[in-house]
Amino acid sequence: MVSRQERQAVTERRREAMAVLAMASGADLMQLWNEAGLPDEAETLRGPETGLVTVRGRMGGGGAPFNFGEATVTRATVKLPGGEVGHAYALGREKMKVRVAALIDALRQQPDLEARIEEKILAPLRARRIEADAIRRAETAATKVDFFTMVRGED
Amino acid sequence: MYVAVKGGEAAIQNAHRLLADRRRGDRNLPAITLEQIASQLSLAVDRVMSEGSLYDTGLAALAVKQARGDMIEAIFLLRAYRTTLPRFGYTRPVDTAAMLVERRVSATYKDLPGGQLLGPTFDYTHRLLDPELAEDAEPAAPEARSEAEEAMPRVSDILANEGLIEEDGSLPEDREPGDITREPPEFPMERDQRLQALSRGDEGFLLALGYSTQRGYGRNHPFAGEIRIGEVDVEIDVPELDFPLTLGRIRVTECQMVNQFKGSQKVPPQFTRGYGLVFGQSERKAMAMSLCDRALRANELDEDITAPAQDEEFVISHCDNVQATGFVEHLKLPHYVDFQAELGLVRQMRREYEERREGAAADTERREAAE
Repeated sequence: MVSRQERQAVTERRREAMAVLAMASGADLMQLWNEAGLPDEAETLRGPETGLVTVRGRMGGGGAPFNFGEATVTRATVKLPGGEVGHAYALGREKMKVRVAALIDALRQQPDLEARIEEKILAPLRARRIEADAIRRAETAATKVDFFTMVRGED
Repeated sequence: MYVAVKGGEAAIQNAHRLLADRRRGDRNLPAITLEQIASQLSLAVDRVMSEGSLYDTGLAALAVKQARGDMIEAIFLLRAYRTTLPRFGYTRPVDTAAMLVERRVSATYKDLPGGQLLGPTFDYTHRLLDPELAEDAEPAAPEARSEAEEAMPRVSDILANEGLIEEDGSLPEDREPGDITREPPEFPMERDQRLQALSRGDEGFLLALGYSTQRGYGRNHPFAGEIRIGEVDVEIDVPELDFPLTLGRIRVTECQMVNQFKGSQKVPPQFTRGYGLVFGQSERKAMAMSLCDRALRANELDEDITAPAQDEEFVISHCDNVQATGFVEHLKLPHYVDFQAELGLVRQMRREYEERREGAAADTERREAAE
């Protein structure tokens, strides 16, 4: 029996993996995918197809939601010969990237492949993103205003 | 009146061929690439995305190139493309408090948690043309400073603790946010629909209206409580999965305008707020949007509506530059039959006018002769 906690942990790992794949650049993902040498055999159930999502914000930042524009999104669903179904959604129009992301989502469901995918694909992608974000933060931090007070008058 | 007019096919074909040539420009120069436009004219691309209401830098760069840099034409192209795509759904509201911040300033608090981060700003430049840029000089790499990650709460949340500022705007819990791309606008609107219209509204138009409120036409004493630019995660719920999916990140600009308010019968004196949220790095637009948002809340706040910026139907009906340019520019299309009819009418009125005048002159003559 799989406990509820374990199921939640599996779901959370899958959610995080899909987020890493969606945020990766197409070039990075394709490079790692090609190097990993994972099986590419799958039936395409949907897409890859490009459409729109309407992006929402909140008035005042945290108030009632409102729609403020659309963004292009590409999605794909694939089915492995073993029956595992993988999904992927990502901003943009990179169909190859999204098909591969769906494949990875399906392959991850095979217990013997999860660790390999983590090591060969997800970990490097995550590391690249963390590094890029750190550089961005550091460049922004250098523009932080350090206020100092000028002493005026005699007293 | 519209009737089918035939002819001109060859002229149109050749005009478009000429357009393509002029767009290419001097063929001794390399053609500009979409990557160059997206990375070096990125604020133009951001404006096209924001007013085209479609976040896709590649498509917006293509639109800028195809439109020869004509922003409204590029926006038009992007809007037209949008209509060809199916809609997958609505995202969860983006969380701007969790933004990967690239710029964040407040004109109301000097020392706020997270600090004032200038980011890549034009502010404090001397606005002198730079001859070095004309010569392709490579700029220095940006300075970097490693700092512990610090939370950056929204300024409005800091002020809210004292109770001297109104809360983030609310609407009934069960209300599905209005979507002006789905339902034709009806006035009066709810604030969510107005914000959607303003977010894709014309920067110049909203800027002028915001400016008019500062000059006294619907004055509301604004302070830029906070402006922040950066990337936010976009998440969506889809039927096939039982957890929210992260789609990626988009860059947005948010402006929290804080406005004085003397209070009303129901509400004690406090600061009120206007809100701006737009795609890309579009600070002027976000500020103008928040000024207009606040001005358009006049009715809700029991203020007298005396100025154009407070007139919801006026502002919302005219802020869309694709609609505006469509109606203004259609004037140059053939109106030959229309005009012929008008010409006939004016000729007839002129005849009747002349006849009346001649009749009156003859009457006067007769009267004078009789006397």
